[in-house]
Amino acid sequence: MELILFDVLNGLLLGVFYALMALGLSLILGLNRVINFAHGGFLALAGYLAYTLLPYIGFAGALIVAPLLAALLGVVVERLLIRPLYGRDPLFSLLLTFGLVLIMEDMIRTIWGAQGLPLQTPQFLQGALSQTYFFITGYRVLILVIAVTFAVGLLAFLRYTRVGLRILAGASDLDTVSALGVSIYQLRALSFAAGIFLAGIAGVLAAGWQGLSPQMGDSLIMPSFVAIIVGGVGSLLGSLLGGLLIGLASGITSAFYPQASELVIYIIMALVLAIRPRGLLGKESIFG
Amino acid sequence: MSATQGMKQTARSGGVVDGQPGTSRRLLAPAVIWLLLLTVPIWFPWLGGYNLLATRALTLGLAAMGLNLLLGTSGALSFGQAAFFGLGGYAAGETLMHLAPSTPLAIVMGILIGGLAAAVLGPIAVRLRGIYFSMITIAFGQAFYFIVVNWNSFTGGEDGLLGFSRQPIDLGNFMLKLDSVQYYYLVLLCFAVVAGLIALLLRSPLGHAFIAVRENERRLKFLGVGARNLLWIAFTVSGMIGGLAGALYALLNNFISPAALHWTLSGDFVMMCVLGGMRSFWGPLLGATVYVLAENFLSSYTNNWMTALGVMFILIVLFFPKGLLGMLRARVKS
Repeated sequence: MELILFDVLNGLLLGVFYALMALGLSLILGLNRVINFAHGGFLALAGYLAYTLLPYIGFAGALIVAPLLAALLGVVVERLLIRPLYGRDPLFSLLLTFGLVLIMEDMIRTIWGAQGLPLQTPQFLQGALSQTYFFITGYRVLILVIAVTFAVGLLAFLRYTRVGLRILAGASDLDTVSALGVSIYQLRALSFAAGIFLAGIAGVLAAGWQGLSPQMGDSLIMPSFVAIIVGGVGSLLGSLLGGLLIGLASGITSAFYPQASELVIYIIMALVLAIRPRGLLGKESIFG
Repeated sequence: MSATQGMKQTARSGGVVDGQPGTSRRLLAPAVIWLLLLTVPIWFPWLGGYNLLATRALTLGLAAMGLNLLLGTSGALSFGQAAFFGLGGYAAGETLMHLAPSTPLAIVMGILIGGLAAAVLGPIAVRLRGIYFSMITIAFGQAFYFIVVNWNSFTGGEDGLLGFSRQPIDLGNFMLKLDSVQYYYLVLLCFAVVAGLIALLLRSPLGHAFIAVRENERRLKFLGVGARNLLWIAFTVSGMIGGLAGALYALLNNFISPAALHWTLSGDFVMMCVLGGMRSFWGPLLGATVYVLAENFLSSYTNNWMTALGVMFILIVLFFPKGLLGMLRARVKS
């Protein structure tokens, strides 16, 4: 019983990371029309920045500052490299970010080394919260709380603020929004930054959970793609749902048949697509 | 229609029509390329290379060419080509270990398994377009990756499949030992056959229809042609070529590992196509050659060779979307 609970919680945590990443990817996909392959690279970068900043500003400070720095770099990348590709075939920006993946991983390896590093989380979060369920530590709960806060925060920001509504509107009809006098370039820079910021939060939290490695983003980005497909391309809520769903499925599978814990994600995707080609909450138009 | 007219005109005047190069000049480039490919074992070691490296470039070039049948021709960016490549490699290895010690059979099995996987996945993938097509193909690729990694007893898991080696081919009164030079020529033979078939396909109505999917799918629909079926055919053929390339790759190294199925390798194949020029016939081979040589050269000089490769790739994407061949052509024209 305890073991299954352990796997469910672990799956939920995994799902939270998939969901955070998928939300960011989905945001960038919607307005910028870019599949950001380098998303995992930004996630790892934020984790490593937190590692460097931690001695000076503490964990709580690093949790905010590192993602902000990553988002800042994201804006620079968007301005210099991705902006020239707007209006061209979206495949080019996909290719460009694939090139970025190589560079970012290499740079991280050069600066921080190829071997894994631990990210020290505050002492008081490391103890178990319960006598029976020793694996439920404060840090795991913190991950859940923070991730949910930011995910809900993003959705609320998009629904209830003027800028957020513009981003949402832009994602569905860019020409009209542009014709109404909204600066598309600023909007796109903002949505790119917001997407990277979410990845950065996930990166710092993941680093505290499982440690740092140059490839830490790689193992998260594929499931995040799947989360978007399962949830329905074009739906942010779907990405969130998809991420949690496949994380949970993966966690529960590892209780019964660990070998398939990664494969089950893709099986779910195939099943969902076979029954509902546009994903759980996807819009019909995208899949034609 | 207009193409045949153009050919007739060229034939009649026997020279340059409307600024188009004549037949003799059009045949010059392929002649030079084939001559270079045929003489690789002579000049390449002289330049400091070795046969294994040349064969590697040719094998990966074959895989990239297979991918380009989708990417360059139909405009569909498949990011799962490594799956068919890797499956072909494993099929070849398992055939040699469990079925029969026959190199040709191993190669045929590679083609079949790669093609079968693509044929089965195709119907789901071809419902999607653009970046969504890329996403679904990458996800399918990863599924195979995890199957291979976790099926320890059959595939050797993370460590890869060891214990097979390419077998000599008995041609009656002549024995092909398949040493490094002979194996190069076997790969070149396979490459030539595939290149010839692709060239024929692109000149056929089917090939023109593939291009129509890229250029104007809606008009194709009005003509009563379903793009999905066309894409499925292209996807399957490209999977067969990927499987063939993977089998040749496994036989080259006498080894195959899950890395041959990983999505980063799919990305490398795409890079090769784009580097060389995805809208040109020889682009993928050129891209694969440049990629393999650059990787080989850079990694012996700097630990940051991935950065160098990534920067090169980004510059190509930003400034020369037609790739190296497109660049060269623009030079020649001006």
